[in-house]
Amino acid sequence: MSVLVYVEHADGKFKKSVYEAVSYAKAIAEQNNTNLTAISIGAVEATELSALGKYGASKVLSVNNEQLKNFVNQAYASVIAEAANAENANIVVLSNSFSGKGLGPRVAVKLKAGFVDGAIELPVVEGGKFSVKKTAFSGKAFAITEITAENKVIALNPNAFGVKESAGSEISVEDFTPADKASDFAAVVKEIIRATDKVSLPDAEIVVSAGRGLKGPENWGMVEELASLLGAATACSKPVSDADWRPHSEHVGQTGITVSPNLYIAIGISGAIQHLAGISSSKVIVVINKDPEAPFFKVADYGIVGDAFEVVPKLIEALKAHKG
Amino acid sequence: MKILVCISNVPDTTTKITFTNDNTQFNTAGVQYIVNPYDEIALSKAISLCEGGKGSVTVINVGESSTEPTVRKALAIGADDAVRVNAAPRDAYFTAFQIAEYAKSNDFDMILTGRESIDYNGAQVAAMIGEFLDIPSVSIIKKLDYDGTTATIEREIEGGKEILTVTGKFVASCAEGVAEPKIPNMRGIMSARTKPLQVVEAKEVEQLSTIQSFQTPPPRGTVKLVPTEETEKLIDLLHQEAKVI
Ligand SMILES: Cc1cc2nc3c(=O)[nH]c(=O)nc-3n(C[C@H](O)[C@H](O)[C@H](O)COP(=O)(O)OP(=O)(O)OC[C@H]3O[C@@H](n4cnc5c(N)ncnc54)[C@H](O)[C@@H]3O)c2cc1C
Repeated sequence: MSVLVYVEHADGKFKKSVYEAVSYAKAIAEQNNTNLTAISIGAVEATELSALGKYGASKVLSVNNEQLKNFVNQAYASVIAEAANAENANIVVLSNSFSGKGLGPRVAVKLKAGFVDGAIELPVVEGGKFSVKKTAFSGKAFAITEITAENKVIALNPNAFGVKESAGSEISVEDFTPADKASDFAAVVKEIIRATDKVSLPDAEIVVSAGRGLKGPENWGMVEELASLLGAATACSKPVSDADWRPHSEHVGQTGITVSPNLYIAIGISGAIQHLAGISSSKVIVVINKDPEAPFFKVADYGIVGDAFEVVPKLIEALKAHKG
Repeated sequence: MKILVCISNVPDTTTKITFTNDNTQFNTAGVQYIVNPYDEIALSKAISLCEGGKGSVTVINVGESSTEPTVRKALAIGADDAVRVNAAPRDAYFTAFQIAEYAKSNDFDMILTGRESIDYNGAQVAAMIGEFLDIPSVSIIKKLDYDGTTATIEREIEGGKEILTVTGKFVASCAEGVAEPKIPNMRGIMSARTKPLQVVEAKEVEQLSTIQSFQTPPPRGTVKLVPTEETEKLIDLLHQEAKVI
């Protein structure tokens, strides 16, 4: 028995969410007195792969062939299931990223595994039961799910567990050659377009979000400036993306993206229940709204009752001063 | 062209979520149910692809008879016929298995779902159906063009998007951008009552996981207000007290 973690790369590099998944998988391996193996698919340099040792992996299987260069969930699921069988792994961990959401369920079906998506804590293993806490009802609640199957697949939410270094792990990097299954490649990746200068919203540690209170898309300059000073991602409420003031990919809430940053700053957003659903697991919430009765203040940690057009420029100045 | 759209029956988005029976069951008292908003997007896309006699749209729901109003709503929006697999949807694996079993004996060119249901947020069903049928699945798509054999799809990735093509049958889970949700008109509502709704029995499948209990997020403390004139104090608080910047 062992634990396998899938390490997803973007342009050959691992992101923080991957180190979190490895740290989390390591903790599960320790719960079970076993080792952690990572599997990487695609072109990733050996130094990047061996750096995973720092977070507790003792072996990395590297699959690096032309056909598997781009992420195709059907094919990647076959490879991961094959590696799980080869490693005798009955627990597979991955990040609950956009790609992870297309991958985890397929791996689970292949392995006849019980699957928990959106895990936010370490599994609790007690009296022969294995349960995992996950978000449900779009952040309005949590569900404690027991995996009753022998095999288990767990997709970890970003920013839920944190990155934890493990002391003194030796790591070996091995090539892994999976079986060739031509029928796995009916989907073909044509183009990947990634804005490299922006922080991605689901992974962001700080999010600056604005709503209809900003009156129009021309006023987002100050939001972007504040975000860039904080190294934050930008987000918005649903009416804002519905009106095409901002792209749909920025819409957070029950029918948009769920985020759990360390800091969520809401500017000119009323705090409707559907919006709050997507942000309620943020660690610290700051609300800037001119209406003292805005429902958002009820869930905020810090607030400023005032006009965003006055407050945000002041904040930017104060932040510049703070940074020196 | 034949399209199958999966419809999930979920609590209205304004629902305050509470639990009963020692937090082991979702409290359905007074809850209004709706077509999962993302499924409406998938359905609306399917209807526009089939418009002008180009094909037909079947909706499928795994649920007990109480979900029929939601299924009728999908027919009112414009689906041609409906199937209900008569069982409480135990989990995503169970639901995807039932839909895949139905799809095996009925030939569909594509199967569309919403990106996730807003109750259990699994985002699992589409990819699981794909795996059960051994066909491609694309999760969280933002755009879909279909020429009758090949689909060109845009899907979301962290900080950007990916464009891919799929030839042959496939499953896709739809997010915003794929289509504008269609609203049922009077004629749709009238005709929905007489459109065919077939009920099939569920098949046996092993249970791999079960929800033991629910929790609600702990209440937050009261808000600390900073006066507008002292805006800069907020930065100090975030730095020194909250330690988040
Ligand atoms: C099925 C369904 C799903 C939904 N899903 C989502 C979702 O996922 N995400 C989401 O966000 N919404 C969602 N909504 C919409 C939600 O109900 C609210 O309508 C929406 O969140 C309101 O957006 P807002 O706060 O930007 O706008 P408003 O409600 O118009 O609020 C604007 C706020 O700005 C403040 N303001 C105005 N001017 C200023 C100023 N100069 N300075 C400071 N403050 C100012 C006002 O006091 C007000 O509080 C959904 C609704 C439905 C029915």
